[in-house]
Amino acid sequence: MVTTPLLPSDYLDLVSPLRAGADLRGRIEAVQPETGDAATVVIRPGRGWRGHTAGQYVRIGVDVDGVRLWRAYSITSPTNRQDGRIAITVKAIPDGKVSNHLVRRAKPGTLVQLHQPAGDFVLPQAKPAKVLYLTAGSGITPVMGMLRDIEFDDVVMVHCAPQPQDVIFRNELHDLVADGKLRLTEVHTDTDGMLDIVRLDELVPDWAEREAWVCGPAGLLDAAEEHWTEHGVRERLHTERFRPRIVVAGDGGEVTFSATGRTVAADGATPLLDVGEKASVLMPSGCRMGICFGCVTPLKAGAVRDLRTGEITEAGPGVLIQTCVSAAAGPCDIEQ
Amino acid sequence: MTAIDPTAHLTAEQIEELGRELDAIRDEVIADRGERDAAYIRKVISAQRKLELVSRGVLLFSFFPPAWLLGTAGLSVAKIMDNMEIGHNILHGQWDWMRDPKIHSTTWEWDHVSPSEQWKHSHNELHHTYTNVIGKDNDLGYGIMRVDEDQRWHPFHLGQPLWNFINACFFEYGIAAYDLELGKNLHKRRRKSPEFRARAKAVGRKIRKQVLKDYVIHPLLSGPSFLTTLAATFTANLVRNIWTHSVIMCGHFPEGVQVFERRSITGETRGQWYLRQMMGSANISGSKAMHFMTGNLSHQIEHHLFPDLPSNRYAEVAVKVRALFEKYELEYVTGPLPKQVFSAWHKVFRLSLPNKKPKVKTPDREQELVAA
Repeated sequence: MVTTPLLPSDYLDLVSPLRAGADLRGRIEAVQPETGDAATVVIRPGRGWRGHTAGQYVRIGVDVDGVRLWRAYSITSPTNRQDGRIAITVKAIPDGKVSNHLVRRAKPGTLVQLHQPAGDFVLPQAKPAKVLYLTAGSGITPVMGMLRDIEFDDVVMVHCAPQPQDVIFRNELHDLVADGKLRLTEVHTDTDGMLDIVRLDELVPDWAEREAWVCGPAGLLDAAEEHWTEHGVRERLHTERFRPRIVVAGDGGEVTFSATGRTVAADGATPLLDVGEKASVLMPSGCRMGICFGCVTPLKAGAVRDLRTGEITEAGPGVLIQTCVSAAAGPCDIEQ
Repeated sequence: MTAIDPTAHLTAEQIEELGRELDAIRDEVIADRGERDAAYIRKVISAQRKLELVSRGVLLFSFFPPAWLLGTAGLSVAKIMDNMEIGHNILHGQWDWMRDPKIHSTTWEWDHVSPSEQWKHSHNELHHTYTNVIGKDNDLGYGIMRVDEDQRWHPFHLGQPLWNFINACFFEYGIAAYDLELGKNLHKRRRKSPEFRARAKAVGRKIRKQVLKDYVIHPLLSGPSFLTTLAATFTANLVRNIWTHSVIMCGHFPEGVQVFERRSITGETRGQWYLRQMMGSANISGSKAMHFMTGNLSHQIEHHLFPDLPSNRYAEVAVKVRALFEKYELEYVTGPLPKQVFSAWHKVFRLSLPNKKPKVKTPDREQELVAA
């Protein structure tokens, strides 16, 4: 009542954005380069952070060119870090807006939005006798969180990267090898070619007896799932898929109105508002020309094209679109 | 609809070309929109909140006259910032592209008695779509005034300078009533419709909260400064109301602004829509501070052409828009605030009296209401 229509938190956020009870945020405290295109971002999470389990990821909302974009990154810091900070390690992918921003432009002091940690790509309660980590590229990041967290008696790691200098955490991995805590095989795909999963028999002869955590590109995960299933040891395999599917922007497509449960075909030129109304979906509407923002609706999946500018918008958390000036750019799901 | 159509010299092709040129201006800003703009709105919001907090803090000591003056001035400015540069523009969706749920048209609520949701409908949707179309755009005189020679005169209009003054003093309540379409909904049958009742309830809730905060809780918190704080908040609301009313009157009321017939917008093209916005709006010239305090509605013409572009961009857009006005030989109505306010009030006075029969006959208000 004292601060209506705002909340007291709107004022408290001005002075203490990381306090207990605030929306969960974090402050970037350092950005440390790992390789030419990867960096570790050290974040002090707000007081509401519940702590993570090794192998989990965190969804992070970063403002890139003024636009808030959300991505998920594995936490690479151990769970018992004394200073209360967490670290994520990010590899810049070509055209990746958030990854390039974090690796090359992020500055200490910047606030980012956080969700609580999530993911079940974690170690079991009971210590496995023998462990295999099979990773490729940035797939090493959740595994690094595990390696730093708990020591096992018998750990083998097979890691693929184009060249030695592309191996993230290479020095730390070699230190672990030198201390006898890890057996490591690096596969350099530029010279050795892509890892054929059948080579595991030769690289890690007892792979089938090991509890395995595999993380990397979809191709590797698909091959691993097939291989482990074939040998009847599927229950020992744990995988993590980062980018479940890439939205391919097309011209028109199936539009699902998920609240109403209707799906209709739409072309690339008809506004989604018209598409919905024609399918008898109760659509919020206003000026019908893109000026009043009376028709904004969450885009749950897929992509839409702004009929005025041609700009493509992809679904994501907090993505709302103006249905009166947006058309389907491939299959999409509108919460209406 | 005015006797001499100031756009008569333009061909249909020229009007479409004008539309394309305006689209290009819009696209250019959108392509360039980014971090700088996001930082701007965040800075303004943070400054507004700090100013409001400090001012309310100072008012705790408002039994001491200099503190009263300082606190009241600060609170007035904070309320003006909240309504104009922040609230009005966020509710237009100008900052939706940031995808920050805290600065989004669907979540923002302002320090005003009209709930955002209702205001967005009457303002963004009706006023911005049907700008200056008699019978469609009720902003034209807010349903209580006659602002064009072609509108039919009623004896009721004799009092319009007084109505307008009262409306200025209690502008936020006027807006709330206007958003509720109170005039039309007070008929017995309409008053009972569940939809109207729900909306009236929402306004009631908002008014209660606002009044409780400004006139009960905050004065009570001030203890010995109860009465002076009460007076200060009342004054701040009054100052904000008169200021916003003046700025808004300058947008469409000054002499030289065109109004349009209902018939004229059937089948309107994008170019024609743009042209109507250009001819139906007026600017206020002045310093940067002036533009800021009007929420950049001093760039009313640019705002009406591009209601969803971030307000901090209107100044740069104005240069290009003005060049188009010159190229197409159209009048860019602008002037300093006192001149524009005087011009608008002058019209209010002048049209409170009947004039010669309009050249084009338009349906009077009662008929419009039945039709609507």
